[in-house]
Amino acid sequence: MDEIEAVSSSTQKTPAPEARTREITFGQAINEALAEEMRRDPRVFIIGEDVAEAGTPFKVLSGLVKEFGTERVIDSPISEAGIAGIGVGAAMTGMRPVVDIMFGDFITLTMDQLVNQAAKIHYMSGGKLKVPMVLRTTLGATRRSAAQHSQSLQAWVSHIPGLKVVLPSTPYDAKGLLKSAIRDDNPVVFFEDKMMYQLKGPVPPEEYTIPLGVADVKRVGSDITLVATSSMVHVALAAVESLQSSGISAEVIDVRTTAPLDKRTIIESVKKTSRALVIDEGYESYGVTAEIASVIADGAFYYLDAPVKRMGAMDVPVPFSPVLEDQTVPTPESVAEMAKQLCNKQ
Amino acid sequence: MAKSKKSPSRPAKRASIHDERWLHFYRQMLKIRLFEEEVNQLYLSAKMPGLAHLYIGEEAVAVGVCEALRRDDYITSTHRGHGHCLAKGAVVDKMFAELLGKAAGYCRGKGGSMHIADQDTGNLGANAIVGGSAGMATGAAMSAKMRGTDQVAVCFFGDGALGQGVLYEAMNMASLWKLPVVYVCENNQYNEYTDFRETTAGEVTARAQAFGIHSESIDGQDVRIVHATALKLVERARRGDGPSFLQCNTYRFHGHHVGDVDRSYYRSKKEEEEWKKQRDPVKLLAEWLQKNKLADGKLFAQIENEIATEIKTAVQFALEAPYPEADEVKLHVYA
Repeated sequence: MDEIEAVSSSTQKTPAPEARTREITFGQAINEALAEEMRRDPRVFIIGEDVAEAGTPFKVLSGLVKEFGTERVIDSPISEAGIAGIGVGAAMTGMRPVVDIMFGDFITLTMDQLVNQAAKIHYMSGGKLKVPMVLRTTLGATRRSAAQHSQSLQAWVSHIPGLKVVLPSTPYDAKGLLKSAIRDDNPVVFFEDKMMYQLKGPVPPEEYTIPLGVADVKRVGSDITLVATSSMVHVALAAVESLQSSGISAEVIDVRTTAPLDKRTIIESVKKTSRALVIDEGYESYGVTAEIASVIADGAFYYLDAPVKRMGAMDVPVPFSPVLEDQTVPTPESVAEMAKQLCNKQ
Repeated sequence: MAKSKKSPSRPAKRASIHDERWLHFYRQMLKIRLFEEEVNQLYLSAKMPGLAHLYIGEEAVAVGVCEALRRDDYITSTHRGHGHCLAKGAVVDKMFAELLGKAAGYCRGKGGSMHIADQDTGNLGANAIVGGSAGMATGAAMSAKMRGTDQVAVCFFGDGALGQGVLYEAMNMASLWKLPVVYVCENNQYNEYTDFRETTAGEVTARAQAFGIHSESIDGQDVRIVHATALKLVERARRGDGPSFLQCNTYRFHGHHVGDVDRSYYRSKKEEEEWKKQRDPVKLLAEWLQKNKLADGKLFAQIENEIATEIKTAVQFALEAPYPEADEVKLHVYA
């Protein structure tokens, strides 16, 4: 069965964040998801650099080692390829590792393990072996961290059949999606926006999961669809406000997972609005936005009133100087401007 | 390294198994030999898609090591992996079927020669990335330890993998965490078409020793030496004493792959002839069996006949077996 097709055509609804009784940060949501899954399933363990007592440089894992011990929250050497490989082997033999790769830029060091091993083992073995591993990593610029700590490389892994790729944008989504990723029988790459760890949002205290492959309409609108991922969902939502004052009603679709991609929700939205702008923080050329724009062109061509536009990170290595760096990623202003152009309202 | 070129075989240390068991070793080694010769024929007669990397000449390593393992122990293998798969318990008909891309193959024809995996015999798969399974084998060992089993993982790789950094990342962690893994370096003297001495600085075993890993270098052509050493290292891992590194000095009698026929630019005919004549692992064991009156010409002929028949039947089965249905191409991308 073709998994991606099956999921994209599913009618599964995402549970809504009902209990608005408490707000937690994105980082706490990740922490809670891991803790709950580790309590539920003794096969789940964490391995990575500075994950135990340090709780990662972002402090996302703080406290986990206290509850689960160093046997399940394992500080590794600075060996990204090695720990990814160990994750693959452990996953193949009955464990459910969560591999922590501190910066998304460092997934380049894990590429053989992810692309040639994890992604292909189930297929190459004729379906006999599987790799239920989650690789958590980060994305996002504007932290003044320069070219090797600021990239958003989700396109690299979204390109590879056999990998699932998750890009949550809210604490609620992060928790529900991470729990699903850990329970998934496939290798899943889970991207967290470094700038979002302190972002607060409603998360119900009750148990819930969010299925992989289901996009979420973050804002209903009628004139244009803004399709966004992770960090860019918030940029899109901020743009909505200024568009409103120009009389433009924008719909925001958060794809939540690029693999599987919920094509149906995206296409249905564009059929309704007739205009689309796709925004992702990865490099624009050959990026996630290109794939989604193509999906829209294929699925909603006769409904379009304007060309599908896309915005990604500028095609330059991310520069250090704030004056330079700030130009490289889409902003609410640049997104609003592009959306207005598409709606012929300058 | 010169050690492996010394001839002929020295008597192995007395191993703690019954002498009759060596006959089983002989059968296993001969099965690999005849299997690989048939693979070459399938290539030459254009019946096999793609290429294959023959294990002929290195049989003592796979058999000596895998006979020291339990069925539920793990191995990871290499692009030159047929020997490991068979030694760990794979059956020849499913092997041939996989090599021919048939649905009856170990991986339903999706893996082919370089990716045979068989979870029933603990084979986590052959791997076409040199050094690509170092992390995987180490992870399997870690998993065994975490799950509280006493399983052991063996990571087979060649001298070429000594150039891959991930091997050292994995060995470092295996040593830190005392993981039950044995790194078996099959040093067949050549990284593809280049003498390993041109690519490998320092002493090979010193690399593992630098991580505090127990390390040995042995004659990989004498299955009794390989087995005795492997038994020791596997049991060591099983009782929780951590990883070890075993360099088996060996030689591939054929080319890097079946199409590598003209090899004069990287090694001499004379060298090949010397190894084949003096260091053939199958012949060495046969001589020892004969000397110790455990087998004679008649028994050898009988064994060869039995295996040849098994191979012939298996090839026929594979040739006649159906290809996978076309729509299987999209099956198994995701679990």
